[in-house]
Amino acid sequence: MEELTFTQEIKPPSTKKGPIRWLKDNLFSNWYNTVLTLFAIVFLYFLFKGVYTWVFTQAKWAVIPANLQILSVGSYPREQLWRVAYVVYVLAILMGLSAGIWKGLNQQITSAVACIGAVITLLPIHVNTSVREAAVIATILIAVSYVFGRDRQNLKRWVIIGWVLMFPWMMFMLRGFGENAISTINWGGLLLTLILAVVGIVACFPIGVLLALGRRSQLPAIRWISIAYIEVVRGMPLVTILFMGSLMLPIFMPGDFQLDKVVRAMIALTLFSAAYMAENVRGGLQAVPRGQYEAAQAVGLSYPKTMTFIVLPQALRSVIPAIVGQFIALFKDTSLVSIIALSELLGVSDNILGNPKWTGLKPELYLFIAVVYFIFTFAMSYVSQIVEADLGVGKH
Amino acid sequence: MAGFFYSNMMSGLSDQGHPLSLSFLRNEAGFEITEGIDFDPSDTYLKAFWVGVVNTLRVSILGIICATVLGFIFGVARLSTNWLIRSIAAVYVEIFRNVPLLLQILFWYAITLSLPRIQDSITIADTIILNVRGIYLPTIAGNEGLPVWLWYLLSGVGLAIIVVLCYAGLRLLIDSTEVQQTDRPSFASNTILGAKWFAAPVFLIVAIAGWFLSPGQPLQIVRPELQGFNYVGGINFTPEFLALLVGLTVYTSAYIAEVVRSGIQAVVKGQREAARAVGLTETQVLLLVVIPQAIPIIVPPLTSQYLNLAKNSSLAIAIGFLDLFHVGRRMIAQTGQTIPIFGMIMVSYLIMSLTTSAFMNWYNRRITRFER
Amino acid sequence: MTENENTTNDPIIICEDVHKWFDDFHVLKGITTSFKKGERAVICGPSGSGKSTFIRTINRLEEHQRGTIIVDGIELSNDLRNINLIRQEVGMVFQQFNLFPHLSNLKNITLGPMRVRKLSKRQAEEEALALLERMDIADQAYKYPSEVSGGQQQRVAIARALAMEPKIMLFDEPTSALDPEMISEVLDVMRELAHSGMTMLVVTHEMGFAREVADRIMFFDEGVVIEEAAPADFFDNPQHERTKLFISQTLQH
Repeated sequence: MEELTFTQEIKPPSTKKGPIRWLKDNLFSNWYNTVLTLFAIVFLYFLFKGVYTWVFTQAKWAVIPANLQILSVGSYPREQLWRVAYVVYVLAILMGLSAGIWKGLNQQITSAVACIGAVITLLPIHVNTSVREAAVIATILIAVSYVFGRDRQNLKRWVIIGWVLMFPWMMFMLRGFGENAISTINWGGLLLTLILAVVGIVACFPIGVLLALGRRSQLPAIRWISIAYIEVVRGMPLVTILFMGSLMLPIFMPGDFQLDKVVRAMIALTLFSAAYMAENVRGGLQAVPRGQYEAAQAVGLSYPKTMTFIVLPQALRSVIPAIVGQFIALFKDTSLVSIIALSELLGVSDNILGNPKWTGLKPELYLFIAVVYFIFTFAMSYVSQIVEADLGVGKH
Repeated sequence: MAGFFYSNMMSGLSDQGHPLSLSFLRNEAGFEITEGIDFDPSDTYLKAFWVGVVNTLRVSILGIICATVLGFIFGVARLSTNWLIRSIAAVYVEIFRNVPLLLQILFWYAITLSLPRIQDSITIADTIILNVRGIYLPTIAGNEGLPVWLWYLLSGVGLAIIVVLCYAGLRLLIDSTEVQQTDRPSFASNTILGAKWFAAPVFLIVAIAGWFLSPGQPLQIVRPELQGFNYVGGINFTPEFLALLVGLTVYTSAYIAEVVRSGIQAVVKGQREAARAVGLTETQVLLLVVIPQAIPIIVPPLTSQYLNLAKNSSLAIAIGFLDLFHVGRRMIAQTGQTIPIFGMIMVSYLIMSLTTSAFMNWYNRRITRFER
Repeated sequence: MTENENTTNDPIIICEDVHKWFDDFHVLKGITTSFKKGERAVICGPSGSGKSTFIRTINRLEEHQRGTIIVDGIELSNDLRNINLIRQEVGMVFQQFNLFPHLSNLKNITLGPMRVRKLSKRQAEEEALALLERMDIADQAYKYPSEVSGGQQQRVAIARALAMEPKIMLFDEPTSALDPEMISEVLDVMRELAHSGMTMLVVTHEMGFAREVADRIMFFDEGVVIEEAAPADFFDNPQHERTKLFISQTLQH
């Protein structure tokens, strides 16, 4: 019987199949698949033919490069654009450092951003030279700070402080001060889209956590107020809340106090996403096993300490993918502020189309804007899939 | 803090001269609504708001039906064994999920506005007409013969019920021993199933005979026809309605496709294996074992997609479709009654979402019977 | 060991050099064997040895990549019609029962006969009730699987497989997911089935059942059959070191 243990190692039969075998297995495996394939081919032929002729012979693409600046920053004054550039540079440095220090996911996100920078640098169309210059500098900054940040764990704390300060500094930087201050009315394009989305998700976070805790509170008053807020806001469309922000906020403010239009939109977006954030966080809180609370109490921690040091860290970790998903949704939803006459990425199309030179070029403009949104959201959902895999969410 | 806001509000309101009251609803609206229920500018604000509510429901319900059909098709297609079909479905889902809905609606609206003028309308089989005023579809209308035919239908139902009762009586006489073994409800359903071969033809014969015996044709297809400068007859959907409907349908169907796909994939592998081991074909495995178990997994996220669609219909305001929010917005502009009108809008949406979640809870309770 | 008067000499399952890989992992390394009509074979071995995979290749829940398997004269290939024919002749009972949770116990059993054998509803239900009677659970017919105990579920699953009137029954660790007090009720049913002359391939750790019922015991390790013998020889005179170890470990419990 001993000889049986010496069975020879045999390689599995090659799983690579010839192209014909592949076609047969994947397209013509039986009669109805064959019919479906043929229909699909005919459909795709006409679709591609139509799209091809429109894109390459009929569409007038000149509108895009001519308005690239408006699309990216709106009517931000040209001579003040260095402010935007500085914000981008500082962001690039912070990203590069984080990627170097923490590796893992940061690395992937950062390399994705660096790729976008590199693409802009190499874009074949005619873009403003200063834009190209800024993209080159940003890409290089990412690379340099990445190399610098590797194996410098002692920088960790400074980078975290940097990220925290980044946000107020960015607002201050973009707005300027004194007589040269740039009114938020001039903020626009992709810049405004990104600012609104980031502000919305960052500012809603503390409110969302409080609401989630409130919903689980022992005090009926707090619990019912939280539930009412969450359910009412989630039951309403975002447009109505944006209009409330622009029509009702002024009613509640002292007579002469004028709130900036962009700030009103920010408040509305924050209050809106707080309700959704609360539900996400609640999901995370529910996922923390009872034993964790009991163990924390057994050690003698008070309720606030149990929450801050034991429960919330675990809960928030498990809801990161949901929060990324919410950010993607919010990024798309910022397009609604164009309805209340703000010029974010979608809103600027009205400004451009208002120019008699570009009237009638709606399809071209919309398609370009759609592609920009698509690239951002698709990239973000790709990242969120990696996050999910990293955290092992959904694995039992 | 609340007191601070309240006092600001009261002083602000008295400055504008708008006491909080709902009496303005009885006033004449003074604006036109060409969408949905007939509305005259001399009608009240209350009726205007109601027309808006009905318009929201109209576009939402139609959108939900279309999005469900499309979503199921693409969701199942994503799991097809055919690579091409699978890829087309995946591309469809990714494109329409990752572009903002508002942009999509504006895009469809631009397309409907570029449809030909009325004189150059596109007609399909002489019954469907497409032009810059939207789409015209044929309808069915009743003639003077309709009431007579309805009586025939009613007596047909009566006869069919008599046939079922006779059948049940006969079965009781023939095999009275067997009935005691099986339980009563299954006897009732078995009887109706068995009797359908006799009852259905009886009903059909009465219905068809009645059709010819009634004076004139009871029902008639009304085609849209060109009269002067416009089409008359049939139903008309405006370009605004079409753009909103198509946008909502396509966007939501991409999400529903994902819900359907993950629901089907959530059915555990052992279930398919057991079904195959019994000898069912792949189609039977899907229809008899996988989909019935996927449905309870699919329904909760599906319901929240329906709610999203209803809420997203408020984007109507961007293309000038007069849904409940847009009508409310106009009423605010004319009356200045910001707070009461926002209250009405809020309550309308809340009623929609509460009824939907009540349905969900009821459904969940019903299906948990055979949960693992 | 009981003498099996049902065994004939015609092989009903023939396996020739069957190989199977999961990606690069070689699960079955050339299995060559055959089973006679009416034979009761028990397959045992440590977990991960390929024993479950082996019986799953016989009704093609797993696809083998080399070698041939012939079941009742039909060779297993990619031809869908052959697979469906074979699956009608081969019943299978799973470790996790795999009953359909959305159907009552009775409908779990009648599904195959009505949809594949095209029986009328009435006839299918009569046969199903008779099978449930034989499994001693006729009173559970109108309940749902989640409403009955594990042992009862597994007996419904056996009835479901038998309702297709198979020539061969495959059992994939049928008692492993059961609470100890329910194991015997399932084994009783299987014992009764064995005495009725069914061809049975049973993957199990129940050595008592194997000794009592089996005509042959096959011991799998690392994808190879390293020992096969009649129960008496297998238990009292094992040839291979690993078999000895396995027997001593399982009999300790």
